[in-house]
Amino acid sequence: MTSDATSASNPLLLFKDVTLGYGGFTVLADIDIEVRRGQVVALMGGSGSGKTTLLRAATGQILPLRGTITAFGQDIAAASAGQLQALRQRMGVLFQQGALFTDLNVFENVAFPLREHTQVSESQIVERVLDKLDAVGLRAAAHLGISEISGGMARRVALARAIVLEPELILYDEPFAGLDPISLGITAQLIRNLTDRLDCASVLITHDVAESFAIADTVYMVGQGKLLASGRPDDLTQSSDPYVRQFLNGEPDGPIAFNYPETPAFAQWLQQHGGRS
Amino acid sequence: MSTLVRGIGRLGGLVRGSIYGLGAFTRLFATILARSGIALKRPGLVSQQIHFIGNYSLLIIAVSGLFVGFVLGLQGYYTLNRYGSEEALGLLVALSLTRELGPVVTALLFAGRAGTSLTAEIGLMKAGEQLAAMEVMAVDPIRRVLTPRFWGGVIAMPVLAAVFSMVGIIGGWVVGVLLIGIDSGAFWSQMQSGVDVFNDVLNGVLKSVIFGIAVTLIALYEGWNAKPTPEGVSRATTRTVVSGSLAVLGLDFLLTALMFSN
Repeated sequence: MTSDATSASNPLLLFKDVTLGYGGFTVLADIDIEVRRGQVVALMGGSGSGKTTLLRAATGQILPLRGTITAFGQDIAAASAGQLQALRQRMGVLFQQGALFTDLNVFENVAFPLREHTQVSESQIVERVLDKLDAVGLRAAAHLGISEISGGMARRVALARAIVLEPELILYDEPFAGLDPISLGITAQLIRNLTDRLDCASVLITHDVAESFAIADTVYMVGQGKLLASGRPDDLTQSSDPYVRQFLNGEPDGPIAFNYPETPAFAQWLQQHGGRS
Repeated sequence: MSTLVRGIGRLGGLVRGSIYGLGAFTRLFATILARSGIALKRPGLVSQQIHFIGNYSLLIIAVSGLFVGFVLGLQGYYTLNRYGSEEALGLLVALSLTRELGPVVTALLFAGRAGTSLTAEIGLMKAGEQLAAMEVMAVDPIRRVLTPRFWGGVIAMPVLAAVFSMVGIIGGWVVGVLLIGIDSGAFWSQMQSGVDVFNDVLNGVLKSVIFGIAVTLIALYEGWNAKPTPEGVSRATTRTVVSGSLAVLGLDFLLTALMFSN
């Protein structure tokens, strides 16, 4: 088997029996996820189900309490600071809030990874940045300050910044949030086209069923602190699993509770405030 | 008994917290120094910060220097006049400014003007996930954000102190020579013969460099460790002014004792 063939068959991102949490609090347990080159993978779940925690774990911002997370064949928990930097250079991340640098304008925000990680000339930077801004429909907004653009535009700028280095693995945290219907459709198609054209892998963290099912190859659903279901979008659509059905159809009643569960900490707080559990 | 135990526990927590804070502060300082290569590799990042920290502080420094010079001229004249040595006014104004007031008042103003803006900027970057985004982009925020600001502050501070002292001397001259009528030649010649470049001017410059390091580092540390909420950033900004000013005054005592005691 050639090295190319090996890299094509190995997953770019692999969660194996992973438990994630903060301090003593477990957010997700026993998670198995596999993301391969050329795939668009959607990680879905309700608000507060731990989707963003998965993204933070994939980028090495938090380490697993149990299990292993492998990116590009390297165990993230065992990676040195230098190795982690090298891994991150091969990833692109779209943050939930955009996380644009407010002291830089639109152009400089997108140019930032190029200036930091490459030695390309200024004319090449201009060409590549305008190309990416064109892809998200904001070429003519290159000169604007971050305070001058809308929330939806800011997310598109953040998307351009995430893909400007044409990384091998792109992680999108809520890429469709705050977008109007036109931008939403174009963005979804852009993610699919980009994955195919760059032969990279894309991971969408989302709760937008229609758009993500239209472009995803594999869908993982998390909730109740675990992986609830996984498979191709068609399989999940046909699924009779009550969790899957409730989530996809947006039903108020079912195994997924709308109310945040009561915890011992809440009971203690309530008691201190003279309330009853 | 339990009150005593609680009291001891609180004291222990306070001591442990202080030691932890000092350790974290020292570690941040060491990390910034270790990553200072970026200042030579990309001097544009530092000059941007010198412009932001230094140029925008020029007005408040110059105006304050002028008024301090006016007051020194007036107060100095009243005292020297008692002993018939008004001609030494230039020397008194220059020594007061270069040795003490220039570095100290500039550092206090610097903590209020530039220190607070550094803390708020870093704190808001943290609150807006900008620092986390940089880390995920494999860009070290200490190297890219903190280090250029640190060197910008350290370079800007002695220049601002020199501007303060220069404008202050002009203020003293305006009051002493133009308004009160002291002989202009005596004003400048006494200053020229009495002020030593190494003992007075260079020691003043050294003080301002040390104050620059202390205030800029405190401002960056507070911003870096700010709670990422509006209240957290506001508290961190206040702490910058309080800790920065106290550090300047404490360091000034130590440095004066070391530099000017015979």
